[in-house]
Amino acid sequence: MALALEVKDLHVAYGGIKALRGISVKVEACSIVTMIGANGAGKSTTLRAISGIVAKQSGHVTFFDKDITSTPAHIIVAMGISHVPEGRRMFATLSVMENLEIATYTRHDKKEFAESLETVFSLFPRLKERRKQLAGTLSGGEQQMLAVGRAMMTHGKVMLLDEPSMGLAPVLVEEIFRTIKKINELGTTILLVEQNARMALEYSNYAYVLEVGVVSAEGPSSQLLDDPRVKEAYLGG
Amino acid sequence: MKKVWRNLPTLRLLIYAVALYILLMLLSSGGILNDYLMIIINICLIYVILATSLNLINGITGLFSVGHMGFAAVGAYVAGTFTTLVWKLPNDGSVSTTLLFIVALVLGGIGAAIVGALIGMPALRLKGDYLAIVTLGFGEIIRTIINNIDAVGGPRGLLGIPALSSFTIIFVATVVTVLILRYLVYSSHGRAMISVREDATAADLVGINTTKYKVWAFVIGAFFAGIGGGLLAHLIQLAHPTQYGFYASFLVLIVVYIGGVGSMTGSILAAFVLTILEKYLLPMLLQWAGLGVEWRMVIYSLLLIIVMIYRPEGLMPREAKFMIPEDH
Repeated sequence: MALALEVKDLHVAYGGIKALRGISVKVEACSIVTMIGANGAGKSTTLRAISGIVAKQSGHVTFFDKDITSTPAHIIVAMGISHVPEGRRMFATLSVMENLEIATYTRHDKKEFAESLETVFSLFPRLKERRKQLAGTLSGGEQQMLAVGRAMMTHGKVMLLDEPSMGLAPVLVEEIFRTIKKINELGTTILLVEQNARMALEYSNYAYVLEVGVVSAEGPSSQLLDDPRVKEAYLGG
Repeated sequence: MKKVWRNLPTLRLLIYAVALYILLMLLSSGGILNDYLMIIINICLIYVILATSLNLINGITGLFSVGHMGFAAVGAYVAGTFTTLVWKLPNDGSVSTTLLFIVALVLGGIGAAIVGALIGMPALRLKGDYLAIVTLGFGEIIRTIINNIDAVGGPRGLLGIPALSSFTIIFVATVVTVLILRYLVYSSHGRAMISVREDATAADLVGINTTKYKVWAFVIGAFFAGIGGGLLAHLIQLAHPTQYGFYASFLVLIVVYIGGVGSMTGSILAAFVLTILEKYLLPMLLQWAGLGVEWRMVIYSLLLIIVMIYRPEGLMPREAKFMIPEDH
C-alpha cells in the first residue's frame, strides 16, 4: 500500500515549551489511523503541524511522496489534506451553505462542487434541511457535522480529524464514528485524534499512543485494544 | 410587481440614490438648503466613503485599524498636488476638468492603496490591539512625514487646491464606492474576508489564503479612503496635516461602531446622523439653550456613550435589504 502521509521525527515547540519531541507517524492510503493519548500528549499539535498552522522546529512531513514540511496551510489544503479542527470552529455569522461554499474556493470546478455537496448532504441530510440557517445557531452535533462536511468540500485525499466526538451526546458519538467510517469507505484516508480511545481503536486500522510529545506505543488497533498497558491507561482497566 | 421590486435590490438602491440626489438638488436650488448645509451634506457623503471603507477592514475582515485618516491624507495630498500643479499649466479648455479631477482622485486612491499594502504587511503577524497600535503609529508617521515635506506646504498645509469637489461628483463617488464595496462583501472574496474575521485558523484550514485577504482588505480600504481624502481636499480647498491626525481617524472609527460594525448600511446611516448631529444640530441646540459651543463635544460624547450602553450592536447592525445584492 502507498503511504498517504508520513511524519518523520517532528519537533514542535510553543514558545519555550516543547510539545512534540520527535514524532514519527505513517498513514497508509485508504486506512483509518488514530492517535490516542492524554491531554497535552501532542495529538492535536501533530495534526496542526501537518496542516501547516503551527511552525515546525525540525522533522519532515510528506504527502504521497511530496515534501510539504514548509508548504503554507492554504496550499496544503489545495493539495488534498483536509482538517476538521478541534472545537469545530464554524464561521458563525455565515449560513450553513456559505460555510460549505467557502471550502471550495481552492477549486473552481462547478461540477465537482455539486458532487461534493451531494455527498455531504447524503451523509448529513440534516445540513441540507438547515442550509440557510446561520452556522452559529446550530446545535453542537450539527456543528460537528458541518465541520466534517466543510472539510469534505475541500475534496481532500486525507482527512485529519481532531476530537470529533468532543462534547457530544453518546448517541451522537456513535453516529459520528459511523460517518467517519463511511467517509473512509468513499476513499478518503483518515488520521483521527481522539480522547475516546475505545471508540477510536474500534473504528481504526492502526493506532499510535502518544505520551508527552513522543510515540510510546503503536500497532494494529485490534492488538492495542488487548494490550494490558493500553487497557490500564486509556480504556479504564 | 411587489415581488419584482423586492428581487431587484441593486435597482432599488440606485433609485433611492437618484431620488435622494434630485431631492437634495431641488432643496439646494430652491434655497432651502443653504451653502453651509450643502457643505455639511458633502462632508456626510465623504464620511460615508471613509466609514464604509474602514468597515471593510474592521467590520468585514475583522482587523482592528485605527489610522484610517492616514490613508485619506495620502489621497488628499497626492490628488491635491496633482491638481494644483496641473491647474498652473495653460489649459485652452480642450481637456475636461472633471476628467482631470477623476484622474487626480484615482491617483490619490492608488497612492493610499500602496501605503495600505505597506501597513497590511505587518498586519499579517499582529492581531487585535497590537495591530491597532501599529496602525495608530502608521497614521501618525504619515502625518509627520507630510508635516515635514516642504514641497506640499509642510505644517502650513497644501494651499490653493482648486474647488473641484462639486456635490454631483461627491455624490457619484459615494454611490460608486458603496456599490463596489457592497458587491465585494457579498462576493466569494467578501465571504473569504468574513471567514478570516470569524476564525482565521479555520479559514486557513479550508484553503483560504488568509494572508492575501488581510492585505487586500487594507489595500482596498485604503484606496477608497484615499478617494475620500481627495474629495475632502478639493471641497475645502486645503489639505492640512492636523486634519488627518488620530483624532480624525477616531471620528471615522466611531461612525463605523455606532453604525454597527460589519454593516455597510449602518456606516452609511451613522455617517449622516453623526455628521449632521455634530456639525449642525448640536451647535444649533447649544445656541438655543444659551450654552457655549465648547459644550458640543461633551454632549456629543455623552450621546455616543448612551448609544453604546443601550445599543452596543450599533444603530443598524444588519444590512438593509437593498444593500444585499441579488441572489443572497
